[in-house]
Amino acid sequence: MNLAPASLPWFARHELTLAWRELVAMLTGGSRTRSIGLVIFLVIVVIVLHLLAYGVVARWARGGIASDAQSLVMLTGTGMLFWTVMLSQALEAVTRVYYGRSDLDLILSSPASSRRHFAIRTGAVALTSIALTGLLASPLINMLALFDGQRWLAAYGVVIAMGAISTALSVGITMVLFRLVGPRQTRFISQIVAAIIGAGFVIGVQAAAILYYGDFSRLALFQSQAIIDAAPGIDSPLWLPAKAATGDAGALLTMLILGLGALVLAIAASASSYGRLAISAAGLSHVASQRRPSARAFQSASQRHVLRLKEWRLLQRDPWLLSQTLMQILYLVPPALLLWMNFGDEAGAFVVVVPVLVMASGQLAGGLAWLAISGEDAHDLVVTAPVSPRTILVAKIEAVLTVIAIVLTPLLLLMALSSPVMALITAICSILSAGSATAIQLWFRVVAKRSMFRRRQVASRAATLSEAFASIMWAATGALLAGGGALLAIAPAMVALLVLVVARLLSPRRA
Amino acid sequence: MTVPALALSHLTKSFDRPVVVDLDLTIRAGEFYALLGPNGAGKTTILRMVAGLLQPDRGDIAIFGIDARRDPIAAKRVVAWVSDEPMVYDRLTPLEYLEFVAGLWQIEGRPAQAKANDLVDWLGLRPHANELCGGFSKGMLQKVALAGALVHDPQLIILDEPLTGLDAGSARQVKDVLLGKVRSGVTVIMTTHILEVAERMAERIGVISQGRLIAEGTLAELRTRIGRESSLEDIFLDLVAQGTEAA
Repeated sequence: MNLAPASLPWFARHELTLAWRELVAMLTGGSRTRSIGLVIFLVIVVIVLHLLAYGVVARWARGGIASDAQSLVMLTGTGMLFWTVMLSQALEAVTRVYYGRSDLDLILSSPASSRRHFAIRTGAVALTSIALTGLLASPLINMLALFDGQRWLAAYGVVIAMGAISTALSVGITMVLFRLVGPRQTRFISQIVAAIIGAGFVIGVQAAAILYYGDFSRLALFQSQAIIDAAPGIDSPLWLPAKAATGDAGALLTMLILGLGALVLAIAASASSYGRLAISAAGLSHVASQRRPSARAFQSASQRHVLRLKEWRLLQRDPWLLSQTLMQILYLVPPALLLWMNFGDEAGAFVVVVPVLVMASGQLAGGLAWLAISGEDAHDLVVTAPVSPRTILVAKIEAVLTVIAIVLTPLLLLMALSSPVMALITAICSILSAGSATAIQLWFRVVAKRSMFRRRQVASRAATLSEAFASIMWAATGALLAGGGALLAIAPAMVALLVLVVARLLSPRRA
Repeated sequence: MTVPALALSHLTKSFDRPVVVDLDLTIRAGEFYALLGPNGAGKTTILRMVAGLLQPDRGDIAIFGIDARRDPIAAKRVVAWVSDEPMVYDRLTPLEYLEFVAGLWQIEGRPAQAKANDLVDWLGLRPHANELCGGFSKGMLQKVALAGALVHDPQLIILDEPLTGLDAGSARQVKDVLLGKVRSGVTVIMTTHILEVAERMAERIGVISQGRLIAEGTLAELRTRIGRESSLEDIFLDLVAQGTEAA
């Protein structure tokens, strides 16, 4: 089909082609065998997710779901959980529209309209956000439609409206940040805001549930009578999304008009400044970042310490790491709260706290280990230095594990005041979890720039899956040990070790 | 007889095809040697093997008499490698970078700092000494990388296309630094596509084609070999054409 060059549909086709090829490459790595394996894997995931959704909604939906206050509170709360994650992802994606460089220089230096380009890229953000959330929510929606009627399929329409609203809001937030803090700080603050939005609502709901109901479940708050009683009347516009999800055609139409209208408005209002702002963001790569002159003298130190120091310095100046650490710390708030609420009380709280800490250690270690081991910007320099490869690796591993220890120690000390045994269990399982994640990153190491961090999970799915699975198994080991099931804990520990063995066997051979 | 700065014998490397074929090459200490060749001739592969970034399939590498394959750490102590892509960290300042490099080569803190400050001044980096390298131009990054290569006083400096992307002023600075080093007894091996640079700076020139050394000598010796008074560009093109025909 011949489309007029630089027209909206022409840009859309270009973006679609790129997005499709990127997705295919990301999922299959160009391998046919991998494609078949991936299809089988996805089918299994879909079935498992539908079975899980069946477990969650079947009982509730079988008797028919009435549009009463209780259902509306539950639906709105659950919808908010999805929407905040959507908003967080959209905010990050919209920032990339301004800061991503790959082909932006080419497009902005061409006579093509930057407004159209912005419209298409922002539309793509909305579509991606809708597709991802739609996929995530589909097991729940499908099960509700199966047990309580097809009217629930309208929830997909709500997902579309929510995606459009979150993208429109993200454009608005980005524009406000550009105006308030300028292009130099916008990306960084936006990452922090995205992290807080993504984790904030979930954690807030969980924290409230812990504080008021002593329950770790995120849904506990939405089932509480106090919240249901305090909720506005059934005619309140607050329930519009929930009503639309249950098949109310009028509410759905209103939601779609509101969502798509907001997106069109946001694009129209921001498109004219896009070229200017993207160019100012591009100029940042040439702007020097001045640091305070250091009066500190050069230190004589061992090669290992020099390498560790370099890693710590780079980690400390890494904006991604700051936002991720913030996320991890935010996620640790609920277990810390639970710990505080149950101070002195034995097993109950620890069954939850121990695995969360163990899991967080593994995940943080995986990210840090990739940055330290694979993300080496001056690979040639380090390799041509008179340092043995072993010394380099040991120094990098030490750098990673020290950071984990610094993050974890205060929590372990707090825990030790209440129960030294539980603190010991957490410490051991966290070391195993962080050590496993680091070992996997070591076995699957590649030569890459730190800026490639976002793609690390794409580079090796075997590494990503084994890292996640090992962390989960160590977390399960910790939970069972905390719960007093020492013998039962052997099973997940053995699985974790098996995962490590499989990961080692799957890892690329090195000369 | 003095020990050569670099002695390669029967050096061989293949990827999906032979890239370096049974190469013998000797470079004297204190010499400025230019390695020329068309794209894909194998120049970078040779230098990466010398720097320890690639393992040869076969052959020996001796750096100032040290067997680089048997004792790579000892060999690396006297070598500096500068590639066309500056090996610099975005989130370190030039002084922090130089402290890191000095630490890797185990140079004492005080002399390393004095040397780093001299280099920063010498290369015109003083106004940017406390800025993160992430905002630097290609030329500035290359100067930081060069300072890193010099901070540990190497006896052999290997440079792969060090002038790529540099403006005239920065290129002149880099060339002056290298000539200064050669005058002080350091050996420099450099690949370049800028034949004028090789013509003006190198004492001896080696021409590589299809992984083989097809000619070597001073400019005058190369002229004698092709039998006419020509520019290095003409000599180079003639030699490469001959080399391709012979292969």
